[in-house]
Amino acid sequence: MKLEKNPSAPRTGRPGIAWAIPGALFFLFFAGAPMAIVGYLSFTDWNGLSDPVWSGMDNWSRLWNDDGMRNAVWLSLLLTALTWLTQTPIVLLLGVWAAGRQRNRAVLSAIFFVPLLASSVALALLWRTIFDPNFGLAPDIANFLNLESADLLGSERGAFAAVLFVTGWQFVPFHMLIYQGGARQIPRSFYDAAAIDGAGTVRQFFHITLPQLRNTIVTSTVLMVVGALTYFDTVLILTRGGPGDATAIVPYLMYDTGFKAFDLGYASAVATALVVVATAASLLLVRLTGFTKMRSTREGL
Amino acid sequence: MTQTIDKRPAGVRERPPGERPRAARALRLRRANYPAGVGVLVWLVIVMVPLYILVASTLQTRQSYLDNGPLSIPTEPTLDAYRTVLEGDFPRYLLNTAIVTAACAAIAIVLAVTVSYSIVRTRSRASRRIFQIFLLGLAIPSQAVIIPVYLIITELQLYDTLLAIILPTAAFALPVSVLILVGTMRDIEEELYESMALDGASQTRILLQLVVPISRAGISTVGVFSALGAWNGFLFPLILTQSPETRVLTLGLYDYVGEFRVDIPALLAAVVLSIVPIFTAYLFARRQLINGLMGVGGR
Repeated sequence: MKLEKNPSAPRTGRPGIAWAIPGALFFLFFAGAPMAIVGYLSFTDWNGLSDPVWSGMDNWSRLWNDDGMRNAVWLSLLLTALTWLTQTPIVLLLGVWAAGRQRNRAVLSAIFFVPLLASSVALALLWRTIFDPNFGLAPDIANFLNLESADLLGSERGAFAAVLFVTGWQFVPFHMLIYQGGARQIPRSFYDAAAIDGAGTVRQFFHITLPQLRNTIVTSTVLMVVGALTYFDTVLILTRGGPGDATAIVPYLMYDTGFKAFDLGYASAVATALVVVATAASLLLVRLTGFTKMRSTREGL
Repeated sequence: MTQTIDKRPAGVRERPPGERPRAARALRLRRANYPAGVGVLVWLVIVMVPLYILVASTLQTRQSYLDNGPLSIPTEPTLDAYRTVLEGDFPRYLLNTAIVTAACAAIAIVLAVTVSYSIVRTRSRASRRIFQIFLLGLAIPSQAVIIPVYLIITELQLYDTLLAIILPTAAFALPVSVLILVGTMRDIEEELYESMALDGASQTRILLQLVVPISRAGISTVGVFSALGAWNGFLFPLILTQSPETRVLTLGLYDYVGEFRVDIPALLAAVVLSIVPIFTAYLFARRQLINGLMGVGGR
């Protein structure tokens, strides 16, 4: 036993690193190695059938000058920014509310949860039906709002708004949960003290809740940014990148070039760019907001 | 102060004066209710209306849906839509999804338990490295690696098999699983290991008889959470399988768009049927699911 062999290990025997090897190798094989391979493939020309052929910087210089890619990057950034701007106030409000102890809270939270349980495919199908210009709810809404056309998904802005809305509808409960967890950790005594000093709800919110939720906001923001940069299922089913290329965000462009046009080398360049941007964005956010400092206090969560 | 007291709801105002701190607390909770309460109600409508449409539409016939629109109340409820779906290929998709889900959860649990056990108990640089690998792995989006995964799966001659879905899906469930289990296993006290070691227990016995029973909550969270991911997974099946024999639910739903283009009740019935099993699981394993989701959020 380890106990005798290794006197520096105090008292009890310990499992060797060998226990972690199968899991680590399995993960590296299907997630780690592919990260390296996608980088390599981005320098090749590959149609998926024959072997990849080295093509140097071809894909990258093409990527730099590709209008489709520029459009996709712009749409992805716009979608990310609007996702954050629309979802954050909603989840902040709902999450802080859900952290309270209202009697009806459990029931309502359970209902709010349903969108999170279903697959994005199922939800996108539901919304596609609702947005249908002939048989869906869209004609009624268009009448109500006095819109000219009920064909929401047929107009460029409408389709983009629909993607923004449906993904929000799906992911708000998740972020609400994060905020709920964060708000629960704020000591009650802070509020008691503020209430005794005569601070009202609004002041309590801005002077206690918001500052205390700092770390939660960072976590949720990082997840929203990475999430929005990688939305794919919803776009594929709801709009197929269209009309035209009005919703062809980066992951959709990658799918389209890779698995529709079978230009897998170029699609790898798109994918690599996506990883770099997503990683850079989350690192930047973490750095800018001093997130690393809190790492230690929440380690092992 | 008097102003704030005046705004208290009647029930709070009548409290004895000695109980002021508690009254203040009640005050906060009550008053925080109003602005949030309105928002919550609005959101409730936004969530409920589509869900109502989803369920109500499936209880109609194709024609009555087309005639009356999505908001109508089904006057003559019928289960025809469900019959249409269940008589088709849906049961096979369901079976495939069940196999994929069970296999993914099993692989994630076994590998995450052994990895986490080693990370928690082996205090070496190598184990810290491995933990870091999994932490970094949290950030890898599956879209980014789908092309190499496709290459690997075809090289392994696994294309268009259920294993092609299971292996990468399980691998992508590992980072969160390890994170959750390391958190759970850290709380096991040293004394318990010591007494097991005094009895001369091997590492395998310590793992099976001490660590696994104590980490039950974490393990079921990992199981439920990885199962949810596998059940709802779409990208891996979309790229890595092709034939109807290996089709899973999400991919089947995607195909229904073409097949049931005009039979909207049937399309939505398939959507409902795909959600029902998870919803049932949610009712039984609510805590594990929420813990899993919070584990992702707390990373």
